Amino acid sequence: MSERVFRVWRGSGEGGLAEYRVEANEGEVVLDVLHRLQATQTPDLAVRWNCKAGKCGSCSVEINGHPRLSCMTRMSVFDEDEVVTVTPMRTFPVVRDLVCDVSYNYQKAREIPSFTPDPNKSPGDFRMQQEDVERQQEFRKCIECFLCNNTCHVIRDHEENKEHFSGPRYLMRVAELEMHPEDTADRRLIAQDEFGLGYCNITKCCSDVCPENIHITDNALIPLKERVADRKYDPLVWLGSKIGVRPKDTPPVPNVGSHSDRT
Amino acid sequence: MPPTAEPEITRYTYDVVVIGAGGAGLRAAIAAREQGKRTAVISKSLFGKAHTVMAEGGAAAALGNANADDEWRVHFRDTVRGGKFLNDPRMAELHAREAPERILELEYWGALFDRTGDGRISQRNFGGHEYPRLAHVGDRTGLEMIRTLQQRVVALQQADAAELGDPEARIRVFAETAVTRLITEDEGEGGGGRPGRIVGAFGYRRVDGGFVLFEAPAVILATGGIGKAFRTTSNSWEYTGDGHALALRSGASLINMEFVQFHPTGMVWPPSVKGILVTESVRGDGGVLRNSEGRRFMFDYVPDVFRSQYAESEEEADGWYSDPAGHRRPPELLPRDEVARAINTEVKEGRGSPHGGVFLDVSSRLPAEEIRRRLPSMHHQFKELADVDITAEPMEVGPTCHYVMGGVRVDADTAASDVPGLFAAGEVAGGMHGSNRLGGNSLSDLLVFGRRAGMGAAAYLDGLGGGEIPRRTVDRVAEEAASYALEFLKQGDGENPYTLHTELQETMNDLVGIIRRGPEMERALERLDALGERSRLLSAPGDRVYNPGWHLALALPNMVLVSRAVAAAALERTESRGGHTRDDFPDMSAEWRRVNLEVRADASGRVSLSRRPVADIPAGLLALFGREELAKYLTEEELPEAGAADDAAEEGQS
Repeated sequence: MSERVFRVWRGSGEGGLAEYRVEANEGEVVLDVLHRLQATQTPDLAVRWNCKAGKCGSCSVEINGHPRLSCMTRMSVFDEDEVVTVTPMRTFPVVRDLVCDVSYNYQKAREIPSFTPDPNKSPGDFRMQQEDVERQQEFRKCIECFLCNNTCHVIRDHEENKEHFSGPRYLMRVAELEMHPEDTADRRLIAQDEFGLGYCNITKCCSDVCPENIHITDNALIPLKERVADRKYDPLVWLGSKIGVRPKDTPPVPNVGSHSDRT
Repeated sequence: MPPTAEPEITRYTYDVVVIGAGGAGLRAAIAAREQGKRTAVISKSLFGKAHTVMAEGGAAAALGNANADDEWRVHFRDTVRGGKFLNDPRMAELHAREAPERILELEYWGALFDRTGDGRISQRNFGGHEYPRLAHVGDRTGLEMIRTLQQRVVALQQADAAELGDPEARIRVFAETAVTRLITEDEGEGGGGRPGRIVGAFGYRRVDGGFVLFEAPAVILATGGIGKAFRTTSNSWEYTGDGHALALRSGASLINMEFVQFHPTGMVWPPSVKGILVTESVRGDGGVLRNSEGRRFMFDYVPDVFRSQYAESEEEADGWYSDPAGHRRPPELLPRDEVARAINTEVKEGRGSPHGGVFLDVSSRLPAEEIRRRLPSMHHQFKELADVDITAEPMEVGPTCHYVMGGVRVDADTAASDVPGLFAAGEVAGGMHGSNRLGGNSLSDLLVFGRRAGMGAAAYLDGLGGGEIPRRTVDRVAEEAASYALEFLKQGDGENPYTLHTELQETMNDLVGIIRRGPEMERALERLDALGERSRLLSAPGDRVYNPGWHLALALPNMVLVSRAVAAAALERTESRGGHTRDDFPDMSAEWRRVNLEVRADASGRVSLSRRPVADIPAGLLALFGREELAKYLTEEELPEAGAADDAAEEGQS
């Protein structure tokens, strides 16, 4: 057991770092120490968490400036006398202390046209090979911690881009649906025009912070960019759409703007 | 932010309010919405974070993809064997019959399960299941299920946006919102002390502390379990028994509360992760349990009732993975209660691992690449949290509180409780799993009975015939509930809720844990009385914005009440069965098998017990078991006459 110095962001809109001296034990993670602060020094410290096993993606924060899950950050990664600074995700508005308002993400999720199977098929009709679902399964490992969206410079440094950019998490969701063997919609055009795929300049920051080690850029975003390019510039696709033998582009979902009277 | 003293309340009106947004809650909400009911889903966490995401191994359904001999009757039989014949037979039947349809429906909504060679859903072995039966996605099946249901809710919202101009016209998720009170009409129809019907629910938003009031004639409880009343648990902070407590306080009864499942394999080291689940898939895929002497000790713990189905040598057991028809099953795949007790005994008798568990080894059983493919999140979890590479060395594991078999007594077909308008599905409902749940049966339970609860609530509303919501009652209860909640913020010199919670967890873990004794449980009940008193005087400093101390203070009385129900029922049942092991009554009793203990609570939180007969298994299904096997569970008078079984079996086929 040893005493550590923690600096933790406290407050809502206005706030600042508060310093605490707190015990840490062998094998503990940052979330354990935050819980000890709650139990012994400051019971109203706001921390969002659920499973404490890296499976739910609730406890995303920035630790010494790095976007991380606090439940998967071992205390042993810090030097013994290193001060541990914990701040909320920077891209989203702070509710209080380490808790952010992440409703941006839920709004973006709602804008993506859902899985659209062939209407002539019924439950039980699908036949898919393992190798045809493996890549989408990688994307579905996503625990929606929103660390990728928090890190992406397109919105981290540019609030004004939020309206037109869905972030790596939801562009990956588009890629997942586009690769689903039984999906019949075509979201390529709206991926570019509505969800801002063009803003992504493949710096791979999202992949670097993914706690599930999903290759977001290499396996989802770049292939999606290629598909979009195929859609736009392939002369056969162009000809097909002119003579009407090509399936139509799926239009944006209407009326999904936030209607909640959230306070 | 609402000021600390202002009990201002935001009102909503819905047809159906679903409390809980895990698998059962979301499936129930989808069903209610598809019946055209305006539905609210209340979630303590963010949307998509519910405890279901932690389920790893899979969802049991007799699809017959991996072994064509599998069918619902075999699944039914396994379920009842696992529950030691205390299951509600109708629930076990509906579950086994409908699980395949529910899984295929998820696939149709976009779920991507692992595949067989011919492109169907792959199925894996699990404890107590005769055939490979668990539809799965690696070892993150629960996440796939939650995500699929979450995305299905979004799809329905998109449809409503297109049709009605508002995505939340018929289904809305209230994230990070907790319900603290159910509101019932003062007196039931015709009086006589019967509980009054449901008319609403009251709660608060975690984000800003504002109060919410739902006027609604139907409420579906889908709040999950009670594991946070125990110290070593695989459950998240959400599992505070809210639904169990809400049901008791509104006049409903709980059954089987003495049966608490300790999952045999939780992490034991480092201390910070003690209790976190290690999926049963490790054993399903070949992992074995060894003690400090290197012995596969499970061979020493096969109980008589299962003797004929389990291997007696390592050779026979190992042959089963490739040739299940020619070999009996490895004893590592006994039902969870058996394995948990065996580990407990090994450790107690001094043959444990360095940190007080036993060894679970898959590294010597499968190639490293295969382990990473089949068990990716276990590999990740041990590497990140314990510096253990499971492809190269064994894990240390021990029992952890995982699941409560007990819950709200419901009608199997409609999920209706004793209180008109109150329904329950998933872990908060009782009966389905009897005295012990088989792994994989929870995820399928959520789907089958979540849907039935949604349909049950819709049918109840259709038959209700315009009963007005009594405004005055609703207003009065809401005001009471609001001022009760605000008390904790004002009691400056009260106790620290975190301290009280720790004491509660120690009481339950140490005195009503995996092995129980009468005098200890009496002591537990005394301590719970004291904790109940103290839980009224908790202090939560700070304001109402995302204040975890305040939230814990509001949840603690629920945990205390539910703990009383567990301890009282466990003290009363003087036998050992499934998730209830009495050191002082080690044997299973055929007389007790016929009894469900039913718990009710009075206004002051005192619990009382009564006995209810367990429903008989219909003759056609009873015929699935041999007379010799039945004789191990049933009383002489319950046994079918010799020869009668064959006729009944034919009936059962029809």
